[in-house]
Amino acid sequence: MSKKPTTKKEVQTTGHQWDGIEELNTPLPRWWLWTFYATIIWGVAYSIAMPAWPIFASGATPGLLGSSTRADVEKDIAKFAEMNKAVEEKLVATDLTAIAADPELVTYTRNAGAAVFRTWCAQCHGAGAGGNTGFPSLLDGDWLHGGAIETIYTNVKHGIRDPLDPDTLLVANMPAHLTDELLEPAQIDEVVQYVLQISGQPADEVKATAGQQIFAENCVSCHGEDAKGLVEMGAPNLTDGIWLYGGDVATLTSTIQYGRGGVMPSWSWAADGAKPRLSEAQIRAVASYVHSLGGGQ
Amino acid sequence: MSANQPSPDDAPLYFAREPIFPRRISGKFRSLKWVLMALMLGIYYITPWIRWDRGAALPDQAVLLDLGNRRFFFFGLEIWPHEFYFVAGLLIMAGLGLFLFTSALGRVWCGYACPQTVWTDLYILVERWVEGDRNNRIRLHRQAWNAEKIRKRLIKWGLWLFIGLATGGAWVFYFTDAPTLLSDLLTGDASPIAYTTIAIATATTFAFGGFAREQMCIYACPWPRIQAAMMDEDTITIAYREWRGEPRGKLQKGEKLAEGQGDCIDCMACVNVCPMGIDIRNGQQLECITCGLCIDACNEMMDKIGKPRGLVGYMALKDEAHERAGNKVTNIWTHVLRPRTLLYFTLWAGFGVALVVALFLRSPLDFNVTPSRDPLFVTQSDGTIRNIYTLRIRNKHGSEETFRISATTADDAETRALKLTLEGVEGDTITVPADQLYNQRLYLDAGPASDLAAAKRTGIMIWVEQVGEDEPVSDKADTVFNGKGK
Repeated sequence: MSKKPTTKKEVQTTGHQWDGIEELNTPLPRWWLWTFYATIIWGVAYSIAMPAWPIFASGATPGLLGSSTRADVEKDIAKFAEMNKAVEEKLVATDLTAIAADPELVTYTRNAGAAVFRTWCAQCHGAGAGGNTGFPSLLDGDWLHGGAIETIYTNVKHGIRDPLDPDTLLVANMPAHLTDELLEPAQIDEVVQYVLQISGQPADEVKATAGQQIFAENCVSCHGEDAKGLVEMGAPNLTDGIWLYGGDVATLTSTIQYGRGGVMPSWSWAADGAKPRLSEAQIRAVASYVHSLGGGQ
Repeated sequence: MSANQPSPDDAPLYFAREPIFPRRISGKFRSLKWVLMALMLGIYYITPWIRWDRGAALPDQAVLLDLGNRRFFFFGLEIWPHEFYFVAGLLIMAGLGLFLFTSALGRVWCGYACPQTVWTDLYILVERWVEGDRNNRIRLHRQAWNAEKIRKRLIKWGLWLFIGLATGGAWVFYFTDAPTLLSDLLTGDASPIAYTTIAIATATTFAFGGFAREQMCIYACPWPRIQAAMMDEDTITIAYREWRGEPRGKLQKGEKLAEGQGDCIDCMACVNVCPMGIDIRNGQQLECITCGLCIDACNEMMDKIGKPRGLVGYMALKDEAHERAGNKVTNIWTHVLRPRTLLYFTLWAGFGVALVVALFLRSPLDFNVTPSRDPLFVTQSDGTIRNIYTLRIRNKHGSEETFRISATTADDAETRALKLTLEGVEGDTITVPADQLYNQRLYLDAGPASDLAAAKRTGIMIWVEQVGEDEPVSDKADTVFNGKGK
């Protein structure tokens, strides 16, 4: 019987021994070490080739390869702008009322218009265009200034009561009847009761009857004989359940006392030499989008 | 401590890889491995070329991971991104399958099915074919670089590269139409992503199969560590029957084993065939991938010296003591079929059945309805309450389909009060192009006098019916109608 030792490798120890427990030395393969060195070289080379090291107050080292994520984004935006160019030109050339008949434009305006809306309009009108106090809902069929697509387009383009844009829609403000001493507080109280009555809310009969006379003398020129509002004046219908600022006593009183005059900014206006906030195609897209939300006329 | 221990300062921190030259062997397990290798590589290379007709608008590749369009095709199945839970289910099954196979059969995946093992096997086959068997390869390895060595190495590396290229090439075919991509690849018109993927897959196949080999299993792969934690005394592994083999000793040709000598004649056959370069007689080791080649080698030798087979064999850890005590060899099934593995199998099969059931329960109409939350409802000038919904319909057919939309209240009591309008559409049908997700805004109006308008919320159902089918298919989505009520 031969005494050849087994092929089992003798596991070396580091020579450390504590209470009879030896520390084994299990060396790593050498390629592991080379891989580690390679990652170091890669790291150094990368930080030279790419923007890496912060420089005080001026960003970072630019890197030899001239890579810039900001430039990449600009390139991407330019690429998509180029891709959209044809359809945007078509949109600008198409009559507003004809957009709904062109499936390509419908798809484009629904998406691009929604993007514009979420970026620029949602702050006041809400993400779902449901409106907020003072900012009308764009979903219903009740339009202060008209719900035809041309009207929506014009009002987006030039705004409403925007002092910067000479083409803006200039409708009269709701006068401040108390501040400007047009009505006595008691008269205001009576006309409020009348408005409550015609809008189907509980009201003081006696005061409302008195208020009707005051309404006929002071309010019908804008709100109409039947109090259903006049689009040309931008005056709302007072007989329905839709209120821009609120239909309760306190809000109605405040509205009559101090007046109202909501402003919508002009989206095509720009200071000399500056770019307008929205391009013609964007304005058309968002007008078409708003028109499609269910209230368009 | 023995005297020949080096001092701590001399101890090497790193060591070079010791080349392994596995000898050719034939036998039961080697044959099984050849069959499995042919099967698995065959499946891998052929699958992207199988065609499957789905109509004009859909790809006709049987198995296709269409990442660009976010579609996954598997023969008659089509998975959209929102059905990704099927993939999660498959991953859970893969995990439980790993538990099942590891607790029952140990590292059977490593030994037979792991791509690293399969491709290394293929590369060793090529190596043996070009450079000869173990002894020739050792000689070639040791000899200085001359014309013969350069020629053989270049041929070997060339073949390896070709296999790597075919491997990486086949990989990209799973992600786009294979025939188109092949002609694009050859004419240089394919996407840079395709070329890069092929280049990376080729390089890794070449490096891992040709040079790294067992280093991947020992140092790079987490499997050996995870699997070691899942094995127990009943798990089937490959082991050396020490009680039978020891004390081992050499046997000269024509002689008989000496009295008291074990069956192991220390011929090193098991060591020479091992692709991991270990000695199975040292017991269970992290390196062992349980490929079974040492069993083939030892059995061949036992046949030659007229001893029973099975000195090295598949067995459970507890068999060694059991058999040493003189008991009969335990049937392998008593190890495999035990509560733990049956539990894993039940869980695994349960998920499998659940997935198949889920697959068959998928509605032929795939749509959902989202009520607008901003605002919850719109009050019209005449007091009508309008709710806005977004209907998302997925047309999974290869052709354009028409759907009819309608709405009812949950108890059908106020259905007549609901007026449905499809935005931008005349009538109550919409047409969805093939293989598309389609968004349609719906308006439901309820008159000011209706209960729907007065209530806070009412349960309603939106119905979608596929028009033009021989058997009309329809389905509903439950949603709510918000009114003025507080």
